[in-house]
Amino acid sequence: MLMTALIAGLVLGGTYALVAMGLTLQYGIARIMNLAYGETMITAAFAAFILQSALGLNPIADLLLIVPGGFLLSWAIYALMMRPLVTRSRDRGALEIDSILATFGLLFVIQGVLLVIFGANYMSYSYLNVPVSILGANVAANRLLALVLALAIGVTLYLLMTRTRWGTTIRAVAVAPQSAPLVGIDVNRTARFAFALGGALAAAGGVVISMYQTFTATSGVVFTMKALIVVIMGGVGNLLGALSAGLILGMVETFVATYVDPGLTLAATYGIFLALLLWRPQGLFGKAAR
Amino acid sequence: MSALLEIRDLTKRFGGLTAVNGVSFDISRGETVGLLGPNGSGKTTVLNMISGLLPASGGAIHLNGEKISGLAANRIARRGVARTFQLVRILPSLSVEDNVVAALAFGKKRLWDRAARDDALTCLERVGLQGRGSENAADLTYIDQKRLELARALAAEPSLLLLDEWLAGLNPTELRIGIDLIADLNDSGMTVFLVEHVMDAIRALCGRSVVMNAGMKIADGPTGDVLGDPGVVRAYLGDAHA
Amino acid sequence: MTMRLAFGFSLAAAALAALAFAPFYVGPYQVGLLIGLAGYVTLSSAWALFSGPTRYVSLATVAFFGIGAYTVAALNEILPYPLVLLAAAGVGLGIALIVGLSTLRLAGVYFVIFTFGLAELVRQLVTWYEVNVTGTLGRYIFMSFGPEEIYWQLLALMAATLFVSWCIGRSRLGLALKIIGDDEVVAAHCGIDIARTKLALFALSAVIITLVGAIQAPRWTYIEPGIVFNPTVSFLTLIMALLGGANRLWGPALGAVPLFLLFEWLSANFPDHYSIILGLLFIAIVFILPGGVLAFVERALAHSKRVTGNAERVREPGTAEARQ
Repeated sequence: MLMTALIAGLVLGGTYALVAMGLTLQYGIARIMNLAYGETMITAAFAAFILQSALGLNPIADLLLIVPGGFLLSWAIYALMMRPLVTRSRDRGALEIDSILATFGLLFVIQGVLLVIFGANYMSYSYLNVPVSILGANVAANRLLALVLALAIGVTLYLLMTRTRWGTTIRAVAVAPQSAPLVGIDVNRTARFAFALGGALAAAGGVVISMYQTFTATSGVVFTMKALIVVIMGGVGNLLGALSAGLILGMVETFVATYVDPGLTLAATYGIFLALLLWRPQGLFGKAAR
Repeated sequence: MSALLEIRDLTKRFGGLTAVNGVSFDISRGETVGLLGPNGSGKTTVLNMISGLLPASGGAIHLNGEKISGLAANRIARRGVARTFQLVRILPSLSVEDNVVAALAFGKKRLWDRAARDDALTCLERVGLQGRGSENAADLTYIDQKRLELARALAAEPSLLLLDEWLAGLNPTELRIGIDLIADLNDSGMTVFLVEHVMDAIRALCGRSVVMNAGMKIADGPTGDVLGDPGVVRAYLGDAHA
Repeated sequence: MTMRLAFGFSLAAAALAALAFAPFYVGPYQVGLLIGLAGYVTLSSAWALFSGPTRYVSLATVAFFGIGAYTVAALNEILPYPLVLLAAAGVGLGIALIVGLSTLRLAGVYFVIFTFGLAELVRQLVTWYEVNVTGTLGRYIFMSFGPEEIYWQLLALMAATLFVSWCIGRSRLGLALKIIGDDEVVAAHCGIDIARTKLALFALSAVIITLVGAIQAPRWTYIEPGIVFNPTVSFLTLIMALLGGANRLWGPALGAVPLFLLFEWLSANFPDHYSIILGLLFIAIVFILPGGVLAFVERALAHSKRVTGNAERVREPGTAEARQ
């Protein structure tokens, strides 16, 4: 049972980490708190569902279509909705409130559209639903694949961000948005790119989730909240922080569900989150705010 | 005569950086004292610790013999310390009059309604903003915003007024008006402690000056003597000029 | 000035009287609508009491609303009704003080998310408690009075909320809140105890919201966490206050009335499109009406004055704050 819980926790945590990396890019670099983030994921999950059932594509092939789709969609959202808000805002606080309200609106619109198209039913499809035995625990192959995908995408992103020139550009904007233009960085373009990249990760997360979990048109909010918890736990803009915090959250949820009471899983999540906001708003691995 | 403000071993550390390092000095009632030093020497940090905006990492500040270091800014304000800010801070969504009423309503006088409005008008007149009370504070010009900020500080009838580069950015005419304004305040018996880079103003206003460099006090005395001090010249201009 | 004041008060009293007599002339469905209207006007006015001037976007509305309803559900067979209401107010106040003391130093998005998380946490805990400890998910509320009495209670609470809000707007406390909303550093240096001021307003707002939940609870007869902790209540309250203008006395009411009727109509005729419209409204407010309808109207008036060459100085749009 311990082994099963551990692996389930890892799988869940890997997905959370993947999803949170996208949000941390959007909030840490584009400075937009995107409350419709979970809806991007769920949209991707529905897209995977359609591709799977209508065209018979497998989720790996889905990723190749849906991830660029998430990128383009988020790119457009930033260019059309967020950029005007950034331009008009006098200060960070005003932008924060504006972007929260605007993305709230987006959340409801996307959710509403999904509800109209798909209804409020739980969706799922069956892919690689065969048990694999690892160290005595039986795990569905799709969950293992989800973990592998999440880790692969996460590590690739981390390497791109730390080893390449444009990764450095993005991190420069995250650290010093005012000074970045002085060294020739187009902050607006970088922010738009980071926001779009975050959306691509959300889409990847959505596809991964859809491989092993049921989902509904309204489950986006919960994913946004969980991604937020992970982002704040890991420290805003910190990719490695998001990775480790995601794994921690997945573990905690699985262990509470297995050993305490499944009814308290969400309560535990929110409990951790609220405590964290109060005691360490800069994150578990972050330095004290400057 | 006991000092109005006593600062002892005042220290502020930001992480590994010691911005203010063991600074001590006194200010007597009725004095106008200048706080000088190159950029980054810790002047504003000292002011921020006096007004309670930043907590001190070490040392103590006493006002009228009572310890004020460790108190919250609003408590210190009520004990009679008022200030202006390096980057002018008015309340943009309020009227000019309400900007002043802000200090009257919550300071030690706790005036409200009619009494507060009358007092606010007097304060506005004092800084040359008579008849402008109903305007929106955000619409004022830069010098008028500075005036308004001063009016707000004066409204509290502080026993100690802290000015953080209040004269910076003014044109020569405005500067003369500004210097006269502060001189008037001093004549009326107010104790003024000002951070300033405008040397003419310091010579005209401050009988005494304290100089800081790299977080430490390097000189303290009559302004004329201090400005001629080789250590001070070196701090400002580098070794070649000493 | 006093003439205008007296006139305003007579007008408000007349309107209140007319509203109070309304149940005698309309059918049960309309009374239900009136209850909803009075409820949301009160909720959004109470929300704006704290969130308007401080710009803290709170999504904890439904947490307090639900706590009020659950207190009534838990105590309605044990205590006489006035004491039940008092108990609900007390519970709301206690929780507001605890939450306020621990969270008001969070700002911006952290506060928004915290309050949202709080509402969800409360819902999860109540659900878990009901399922595991009391063994039933739902509770019944039986009261000896009908919808009219509920309506009158809500109407009284609404009038009280607007009156309190009016008093605060003219008081030292109101000015303190505006100063805090503008610049907290200046507020502290003016001698304002920021933490205490915010806490007082947060608690006041939360107690009113708790009471709305408590008074409305008997309407349902049967309640469960999913009903009374429905996050839509928080979102609606927020959007109503913002639509009308959270910094104006009548702003939230002005937003609440049309939006409540709109959503009532939507949920009857287009239940599936409800959330799309809600979302579009949010976006429209951010892009078209950032200060709410009242600010928009004032700006338009100010603009037409300027165009007609009126010598009177007009306030700068966007930053101007109306004095009620």
